Amino acid sequence: MSAEVQPGELTPRITARQLSRRRRRAAWRDGWTQFRRHRSGMVGLVVLAFFVLLAVAAPLIAHADGLEVTRATGGVLEPPSAGYWLGTDDKGRSVLTLLIWGTRVSLLVGLLATVISMVIGTLVGLLSGYFGGRAGAVLFRLTEWFLVIPFLPLAIVLATVLGPSLLTIAFVIGVTSWPGTALLIRSQTLSIKERAYLERARALGGGRWHQIRRHILPNVMPMVFANTTLTVTIAILAETTLSFLGLGDPTRISWGSMLDDAYTVGAITTGSWWFIVPPGVCVVLVVLSFNLVGQALEDVLDPRLRGRR
Amino acid sequence: MTESEHGPLLSIEGLSVTYRTGAGEVPAVREVDLTVGRGEIVGVAGESGCGKSTLASSVLRLQPPSAKVEGRVLVHGQDVLTMNWGDLRALRWAGASIVFQGALHSLNPVQRVGRQLAEPIELHEPALARGTVDGRIGELLEQVGLPAERAASYPHQLSGGQRQRVMIAMALACRPDLVIADEPTTALDVMVQSQVLGVLSGLVAELGVGMLFISHDLSVLADLCDRIAVMYAGRVVEMGAADEIFTRPLHPYAAALSAAFPRIGDPAARYAPAGLGGDPPDLRSLPPGCSFAPRCTRVVEACLAAEPPLEDHGAGRSAACIRVGES
Repeated sequence: MSAEVQPGELTPRITARQLSRRRRRAAWRDGWTQFRRHRSGMVGLVVLAFFVLLAVAAPLIAHADGLEVTRATGGVLEPPSAGYWLGTDDKGRSVLTLLIWGTRVSLLVGLLATVISMVIGTLVGLLSGYFGGRAGAVLFRLTEWFLVIPFLPLAIVLATVLGPSLLTIAFVIGVTSWPGTALLIRSQTLSIKERAYLERARALGGGRWHQIRRHILPNVMPMVFANTTLTVTIAILAETTLSFLGLGDPTRISWGSMLDDAYTVGAITTGSWWFIVPPGVCVVLVVLSFNLVGQALEDVLDPRLRGRR
Repeated sequence: MTESEHGPLLSIEGLSVTYRTGAGEVPAVREVDLTVGRGEIVGVAGESGCGKSTLASSVLRLQPPSAKVEGRVLVHGQDVLTMNWGDLRALRWAGASIVFQGALHSLNPVQRVGRQLAEPIELHEPALARGTVDGRIGELLEQVGLPAERAASYPHQLSGGQRQRVMIAMALACRPDLVIADEPTTALDVMVQSQVLGVLSGLVAELGVGMLFISHDLSVLADLCDRIAVMYAGRVVEMGAADEIFTRPLHPYAAALSAAFPRIGDPAARYAPAGLGGDPPDLRSLPPGCSFAPRCTRVVEACLAAEPPLEDHGAGRSAACIRVGES
């Protein structure tokens, strides 16, 4: 027998809470070991950690004054130099400062929108799959209805009606990007609902809530996680798109609004690549990293996939 | 076996279950009477589609909502079919539990076995401390001959026999008085099957529970059970003591089932393997007379006129065949 805690034997000496805490810690450690073996997942995680750090520490790294047009110190569209590592924009602000502050908005909106989208999508998918009948049909029609409405026009209309602000953008992206998740979760729920262990759960005397919480939700969770990383990607890109179209919060700098500015001042025609490439590369890096981490997480969280690489 | 002073543990009275399908009504179970006492193992035998699993699921009212159910199913004297939802949920598992067929599918693939064993305990005794539950899971696993460490395994890490033993352990988790075993050994090979059966009969003897054991394998039932009910086309066609039915069946269908197993040391059986021609009847359009008549070797004119009732033939035996007394 190994040094593992044996339930029946050690219970008199340690309390149940200690035991469960110890076990939870072991599970986390185990998961982390698994994750670390995933090379691409680790690369993604490191890149993400870098950007998160950048977003959190933005005020320390680059002074907020750098964002004010009135206090701009550089010339118009200067190429990268020792003073301005990534050059300046059309108003004389350092592109690097804009980029660092833009990380905040892009990540915040991306994550917030994803949370909204995942919660709605998972809930609707789960409920419409589990409760067939009329309620399920109504939810399913609602999903289809949202699915067939083209995303961009709906988002533009919503953003216009609700007024430009950070929360609005997150909300708009959230409520327009959930139907895909809902369909996915619904189909998975339908298939799990018919499994024999759900009949067993019914025979055990478990109610609907118990069945959903204990069996269906844990079984769709890996799918939710995998889908989250895709949705984050979509959300960050959508934020970029909406900001590029001028529907973002005009007082805040995001990667999307930087691209919008660059486009309007004709950075492409003047060859000011330092204004276009950095925000673009950042978007690509973050999106890619989320996908890599998502893949790794799916492998770690689904015990059936473990050790099959 | 003697019944306790409160009457039998399980008493099924005139139970009929009809499935409503797109192609018409399918009577899966027709007027079945059956009792199971404490410490008694009652077998239900029959081929696929004869209604034995429907019978099992209706004991805990697990049949699909579209099914039409008539009759009474009394567990501890309470009618399961008219019970309110809360009482039914309390009865499920704490009063009567099921060992399902196909243990692989009855276990959630993404949860550790121990967590799944804890599920009925948490549902029925939510106040228990985590440590107590863990202790009981260890005991349960040891009861079915598995080491307590197996609680940390996932179902796919266990063999078929181990999984089935986990299911048996789960059936005992809330210490029910009645266990329904729905073909628990169907997917197992002969050696593992005999292990699992050994575990089951040992537990029945030790814990004094009653068991309804469903199987298509008459030889298994003859070994394990006290009494056997043979079902055909949704009806009980013969009932009696297990060894009697296996060695001296009264009903021609029971005789055919019994003859399907070669007797070791009987050369005649080796050269003339007995089988049963034909297919089970279409339940949607049963013949007017005895439903076994089309396949019966002893059929006479009178068999086609009316369905023979289940008649008492003394010594606790009954059969539904008009030709039992003859020859």
